[in-house]
Amino acid sequence: MTDDHGHHPGPLTDVERRARALEELLIEKGIVSPEFIDSVVEAYAQDIGPMNGARVIARAWNDPAYKQRLLDDGTAAIAELGFGGPEGDHIVAVENTPSVHNVVVCTLCSCYPWPVLGLPPNWYKSPPYRSRMVREPRALLREMGCDVPDDVEIRVWDSSAEVRYLVVPERPAGTERAGEEELAGMVTRDAMIGVARP
Amino acid sequence: MDGVHDLGGMQGFGPVEVETDEPVFHYEWEGRTFGFAMGTLGAGGFNTPMFRHAIERMDPGHYLTSSYFEHWLTAVATLVVEAGMISRTELDASVGAFPLARSPAVDADDVEIGRRAGEPRFAVGDAVRVRDLQFAGHTRCPRYVRNRRGVVVRIEPTAAVPEVEAHRREQLLEPTYGVRFEAAELWSDSTDANAAVHVDLYERYLDPA
Repeated sequence: MTDDHGHHPGPLTDVERRARALEELLIEKGIVSPEFIDSVVEAYAQDIGPMNGARVIARAWNDPAYKQRLLDDGTAAIAELGFGGPEGDHIVAVENTPSVHNVVVCTLCSCYPWPVLGLPPNWYKSPPYRSRMVREPRALLREMGCDVPDDVEIRVWDSSAEVRYLVVPERPAGTERAGEEELAGMVTRDAMIGVARP
Repeated sequence: MDGVHDLGGMQGFGPVEVETDEPVFHYEWEGRTFGFAMGTLGAGGFNTPMFRHAIERMDPGHYLTSSYFEHWLTAVATLVVEAGMISRTELDASVGAFPLARSPAVDADDVEIGRRAGEPRFAVGDAVRVRDLQFAGHTRCPRYVRNRRGVVVRIEPTAAVPEVEAHRREQLLEPTYGVRFEAAELWSDSTDANAAVHVDLYERYLDPA
C-alpha cells in the first residue's frame, strides 16, 4: 500500500518510525484506541486555538463588567464563553496598560493556556525563548518585533506551577466603534502571549 | 534536578526563530503522538509531574536536539516501559534501539513527603527568599530563583507538591504563591531597572526574608 497522506514524500524518518511503532503497540494492547487519538487530533487542530482567546479578549474590550470578571477570576470568566479543559484549571488574565507590558514564558517546560490559545508554537517551546525571556525580556521582545519603551514596565510570568497566563492586550486606538467580532479579528495569538502588541 | 530542561537564564542559544502561519502539527506523527500521549497518561495513571520528569530524564543531548513532540514520544515510551505495560524488547523489535529517558536518580522511598501544610504561611506583600534546595528528582523550583529575594504578589490555589506526586504518586496539597523578583535581583548584569519576573512557587521553596 502506498502512503498517500502527502506528508511523506521520502522514506519515514527515525522519529516517524518510532511514533508509529509505539502507537501500534499501544493500540494492540488496548491502552489507547485509534478513535481517541483521532478525536484529540481533530479537537486541537480545529476547535481549540487562539480564536477562542481572541473572543475572550474582544468581549473584555467591549464589556467593562466582563473585563473586570476576567481580571478577578480568569477561569470562571473564560468558562462563561464555553472554554475550559486541560491546562485551563487556573487561568489568570494579566492586563497590559500604558505603563505595564506583560509577557508569558515557561522556562521548565512549555506550560500554556490550551483552552484559549491551543497548543504553543514551536518558538515558545524553544530553548532560545525559554532561556532568554526571563533574562533579557526587553531586548528579546525588541528582537521579536515588539518594541517596549524603557518607561514601560515589563512583567514576565514564568508559569512554573498550576497557573496559566493570558495577556489582555491594550485595545487598539480608533476601534471605539468596532463590534466584538471585528475586534476578535484584531487579536493575535502573539499579543495574548505578550510578544506583540495589536 | 539541575537538568537541561531548566533553561531560564541560560545563555548562548541565539535568536528565537519564528515561523509564520505555523500549523498546529507539522507532521502527522506529531498529532498522533499528542493524541496517544493524552490517552496513555490517563490509561496508565501517569500524573503530569511523572510525565514532565520523564522528559527531564532524557539524555541532555537528545533533549536539546529533538522537538517538543519527540520529547512527548520519548517520555510516553519511557513511562510505559517502566510500568511494564510494554516491554523494551517489543519496542526495540519494531524499530531497533528506541531511545528512552534515563532512570530516576532518586528512590521513591527516599523522597520525604514533609509536613502537610495548613493555612498559607505567607501573605501578599511578604518578602521571601527562595531556599537553596538541592534535589536530584523532579522539582518546579527553577534554578535561577534559588537564593533570590522576592515579594509575594498573589496567593495561588493549593496544588499537589511536584516532588511528592512525581515520585510517590501521592497528592499532598500545599499553598503556592506568585512571587515577583526584580530583574536586578536575579541578574547582577541587568541594566533594565523596569523589569520583573514572576515565578509561581510552592510554599516549601520559600523562607521569610
